[in-house]
Amino acid sequence: MRTLAVLAAALVVGVPAALASESHPRLADLEGQLMCPTCKTPLDQSDAPAANRIRHFVVERINAGDTESEILDKLVVQFGPQVLAAPRKRGFDLLAWLLPLAGLVGGALVIGVLAWRWSRAREPAPAGGAPEQNGRVTLEPELERRVDEELARFE
Amino acid sequence: MDGPEERARSPLKLGAQVTAVAVVLGLLGLLIWKVVHQNPSKIPQQVAKGKKPVAPAFDLPRLDTPGTLSLASLKGKVVVLNFWASWCAPCRDEVPTLERAWHRYRDRGLVVLGIDQQDLTSDARAFAKRYHMTYPLVRDGPGHVVSQYGLTGVPETFFVNRHGKVVGHVAAAISASQLDEGIKEAMQS
Repeated sequence: MRTLAVLAAALVVGVPAALASESHPRLADLEGQLMCPTCKTPLDQSDAPAANRIRHFVVERINAGDTESEILDKLVVQFGPQVLAAPRKRGFDLLAWLLPLAGLVGGALVIGVLAWRWSRAREPAPAGGAPEQNGRVTLEPELERRVDEELARFE
Repeated sequence: MDGPEERARSPLKLGAQVTAVAVVLGLLGLLIWKVVHQNPSKIPQQVAKGKKPVAPAFDLPRLDTPGTLSLASLKGKVVVLNFWASWCAPCRDEVPTLERAWHRYRDRGLVVLGIDQQDLTSDARAFAKRYHMTYPLVRDGPGHVVSQYGLTGVPETFFVNRHGKVVGHVAAAISASQLDEGIKEAMQS
């Protein structure tokens, strides 16, 4: 219940913020999503001339009313996909996000199946001479006789 | 002898093993592909050792006019490949030198080709107009040709002879004497 409440709160806070960022992008948000093409560092950590030109271009496009996606698309056309700090969450690039998740889910499934099989293999097999009666395991007659003999020695 | 349950399970087990091996081989293939394609070009080093490597081919969009221009279309000519960008200050200084060479040698089968790289198209066009660049200009926005030639920065200039071999390289703003010397060597080789 608590988990559901946390998820709902995250959706309530996160989705409108993402939508606002898409329609009204800010330079600070976009800088974190872009790379400097010459120094190969995030744009917000670069003062290279090429990084400054990209920053200037982003500000121009924000002032012109472009959305975040439109600005990123234009920069990919100019510099190629390597200008993005992370792959886009669409088309073929979506694989870069989905494959690690699929790997995690697949790994969890494999571990789950193996754990289940191991636990089954460790269950005690019902032995012929030790049937269970009323929840208690009975001993074989010969063994029971020897136990009785041993116990009689202490009496 | 395997029991019936074990026999029924064996194709599943075999399938899982084949899948696991296929995944490992696939990842190994990706790793090898990445390593091979990341291998940096050694053209500048080869030229420095006196070798004449084949100039990597390209076909790039024109910056000054519509269409594309390929290195193959310049076969039989001496080509001065000059890599530049509008945000590069030394690139401004070498434009007059390159312009003079273009006008002086173009009738003798020389082409000066400016390759704008990692730049905004609008900035590059404004730069070309401001500094009166009249030689052919192409654009390598993503920098694919840049990596093929093993550039470490801009400006850099390569001299390609009539046979499509790289015979000279200058990794800085080029001077008039360096340009003349490189053109003469490319024309004679």
